[in-house]
Amino acid sequence: MWSDYLQLIKAEGLVAIIMFILLFLKLGKKERNTESLLHFINVLLVINFISGFFFNAEGTLFGDMFQTNSLLSLEKNILNLGTLIISLQSFQWLKGHKHILEFYMLLLSTLLGMFFMISSNNLLMFYLGLELSTIPLAALANFDLEKRTSSEAAMKLILSSAFSSGLLLFGISMLYGATGTLNYQELSQQLTGTPLQILSFVMFAAGFGFKFSAVPFHLWTADVYEGSPVAVTSYLSVISKGAILFVFVSVLYRVFQNISVVWYNLLFILSVLTMFIGNLFALRQQNMKRFLAFSSVAQVGFILIGITGQSAAGSASVIYFILIYIFSNLGAFGVVSLVSAVTGKETVNDYKGFYKNNRMLSWVLAISLFSLAGIPPTAGFFGKFFLLLAGAGKTSSSGWQLNYILITIAALNMVISLYYYLRIIKAIFMDKNDNPVEKVKSTFSPNLSFIICVAGILVTGFASSAYDYIFSLVK
Amino acid sequence: MNLNLIIIIPLLTSIAVLFCKGLKQVRMISLIGAAIQLILSFVLLYAYWQERAAGNTSTFIFEYNVAWYAPLHINYHIGIDGISMAMILLTSFIVLTGVLVSWKMPARTSGGEMLSKEFFFLLLFLGVGAYGFFISLDLFTLFFFLELAVIPKFLLIGIWGSGKKEYSAMKLALMLMGGSALVFVGLAGLFFNTNTGDGTHTFDILQIAQMHIPVEVQKLFFPFAFIGFGVFGALFPFHTWVPDGHSSAPTAASMFLAGISMKLGGYGCLRVATFLMPDAAHYYSWIIIVVSCIAILYGAFATMMQTDLKYINAYSSVSHCGFVLLGIGILTQTALVGAVMQMVSHGLMTALFFACIGMIYDRTHTRQMSELGGLLKVMPFISTTFVIAGLCSLGLPGFSGFVAEVTVFMGSWEQTDVFYKIATIVACASIVVTAVYILRTIGKAILGPLEKNQYSLLKDAGWHEKWAASLLIIGIVAIGVVPFWLNHLIGPGAETIMSNIKNVTIIK
Repeated sequence: MWSDYLQLIKAEGLVAIIMFILLFLKLGKKERNTESLLHFINVLLVINFISGFFFNAEGTLFGDMFQTNSLLSLEKNILNLGTLIISLQSFQWLKGHKHILEFYMLLLSTLLGMFFMISSNNLLMFYLGLELSTIPLAALANFDLEKRTSSEAAMKLILSSAFSSGLLLFGISMLYGATGTLNYQELSQQLTGTPLQILSFVMFAAGFGFKFSAVPFHLWTADVYEGSPVAVTSYLSVISKGAILFVFVSVLYRVFQNISVVWYNLLFILSVLTMFIGNLFALRQQNMKRFLAFSSVAQVGFILIGITGQSAAGSASVIYFILIYIFSNLGAFGVVSLVSAVTGKETVNDYKGFYKNNRMLSWVLAISLFSLAGIPPTAGFFGKFFLLLAGAGKTSSSGWQLNYILITIAALNMVISLYYYLRIIKAIFMDKNDNPVEKVKSTFSPNLSFIICVAGILVTGFASSAYDYIFSLVK
Repeated sequence: MNLNLIIIIPLLTSIAVLFCKGLKQVRMISLIGAAIQLILSFVLLYAYWQERAAGNTSTFIFEYNVAWYAPLHINYHIGIDGISMAMILLTSFIVLTGVLVSWKMPARTSGGEMLSKEFFFLLLFLGVGAYGFFISLDLFTLFFFLELAVIPKFLLIGIWGSGKKEYSAMKLALMLMGGSALVFVGLAGLFFNTNTGDGTHTFDILQIAQMHIPVEVQKLFFPFAFIGFGVFGALFPFHTWVPDGHSSAPTAASMFLAGISMKLGGYGCLRVATFLMPDAAHYYSWIIIVVSCIAILYGAFATMMQTDLKYINAYSSVSHCGFVLLGIGILTQTALVGAVMQMVSHGLMTALFFACIGMIYDRTHTRQMSELGGLLKVMPFISTTFVIAGLCSLGLPGFSGFVAEVTVFMGSWEQTDVFYKIATIVACASIVVTAVYILRTIGKAILGPLEKNQYSLLKDAGWHEKWAASLLIIGIVAIGVVPFWLNHLIGPGAETIMSNIKNVTIIK
């Protein structure tokens, strides 16, 4: 009996257990060998990730507030994987940091929040999970304790999060007023498209827009990403964004299916703006972190196209793309993080002539960037192709063939985005630099994360079984 | 015969290169791999003839079809007909000669390093994309290989190129990716308008060819596909990457660009745009003809103004590739055969040209016509090769260029409309211009008195350069003197495409 319940919240439980273990470690001895502590935590995360594949159950808990099934377990495990990779990558940075355990406590509590958010079957539960995942993030953004920009980033993050949560909550409460329920299934039957419902949906979507930084709600992104430590930046741009998008897809498809005409048009505008403005800003960035931040804004635009597909293919492509996006973006962030931790260099100009002393790191960065740009044979190509294909598959209700217009804009935006990715490639391989970055020594943990990322990028695309599996779950 | 070998062997070669140390090992492995590719393509040709002789009349043979992404109806489907066979032969010639020409890795990077491993890897990897593209029978697979062949070019030009290499590399990559973005829209549009009977869609070229895609849909998506591939094949207003890309690229990369990459475009226009959307091909035929005539004439006149040998050849490529698109636009069987022949012929001829220019540049360190002269006296082999390439380019009988261009012209005469005849006459006029610039170039650079005294110390071609040039000349002469074998090879493939087009006209 009890074991059944525990099995349903297994993923959440494991993360909570790891948090408790860390808490007890904190209570104990004062001085610890940081390296072995980090290795120990990484092992815990590996166990957490591997166990995510087993004993997954289906069912609901807490009076229909919480639900889980294979698809949701998979989504959670994708986030587990991302967290593991980030933890491996930040080894170099954390080694010199005083508050390792606090860092992981906060990190894992956001992860826990995301899990609850993904598993929510009720808007209240969703909101609870969301808050649990956002507030520790602001503390994390402040983790470069000596840097002023880091505090600034934290302040900006918490303010914009609070504002967007306000919008979301406003939308939710209006939705409750209009329908009298917050349960997903009941909501989906009650929605008929009355003006109040549409207004509340718009509030709701705007709140989401803030969270995954769609244009015009993206302005907090660049400063926060630049100011935060690289590990937190990558966590924000990959894991936190991925989790929100998972929820967004499932909420749209499950709850708001009845008013899909409304949100199709909304997503159309959002995605065109997001791609276009994200790309335009990314074009001229000099700081690598800022550059990756804006490129990740543009990536969201592509993901939104997949969501407009409103089909199993749409939902599957989004999840598949986020998996690939984790590999590609973390590959890029990993290199930037390592170089920044060892040499302190973060601008594009510093990367000129990078290939001279750092062959392997250059290739990792190049492959990741190619994957982000969607160049075969990397997985990014497959991910983007399927997203756009899903978007094109939506039969348009008006005579305008909006779906084809959308993918034409998207395809051309891919070319724009290619320019700035190639700019980095050009800096690495082609530009002359009298004083290139010295050989960056990489240790076991970052190397392992690079291997995972590159293998993921090169294999995920060809091995169609990953996509087939996701598709079978979505159906 | 397992057609997968034609992708696997180049792929293995390129990966093997990564594990080598030093230039000697790298180039040896590359040479062996490229030679195996050439042999393999001849074996494939032999097997192809055997199959045909044994009475196998199916359109594509050696088919191999497995589901790749089943939920999205994406298959990995390959197979060849005569046209793809011709392109495979061309590719294997270019790959081998490209490796031979880069034997000494003349171009160093801006950092002063050799990076030979990376160079040969990218070169061979580019070949993988081309082979895969030519044998694909599934639109997704085709698109995959098309894009696969873009980024290696960017790196090859940007790292080992000369002149304003970064600019050219970026321009090339962005224009080609822009082209493939258009192709993507065309493919997606086609995909969602197919119907396999049970309401699902398909990417399979053979199946789509059997279906009748609604004419309105064809009219909408044909331009996307055609212009998209056209960017690769130097379609008129989108040809601007050609001169810059070719002239900045290292020798072998120029050969690959002109010999293979531009052919991807022509082949794509033929196989995807025209074959799958025959109605629209008819509808837009006149536009294609007008645009390609402009390209032919404009390319020729632009060449006249050039003083850099590589620019001369690059602009003349625009002009010559115009014939490919003209042949596709005319839409008769002979013209289609001519178009494919022109692709093969131009591929070999330009590769030879670029190889010669590379050899001359390595020795004299200049490509300016005004600084060259009298090379025949010091390097007879290279000069003779250069003259042969030139004569082939201006369409002298006995070389492949003549055969291909005449076939296109004859094809246009099969159409009764006066418009086609005018177009042909206009295109023919370019031959005169071609003769002017080719003869002028030869006269200035090859013949005459020695321009500079230090040239008298220069050495003639080494063994690897002789091999490379000889192989290409053999190809050119084999087509020029005995064109029938190529004609027979391409004929049935062109017939399939034509039958699709004829069907349509009757329905109308």
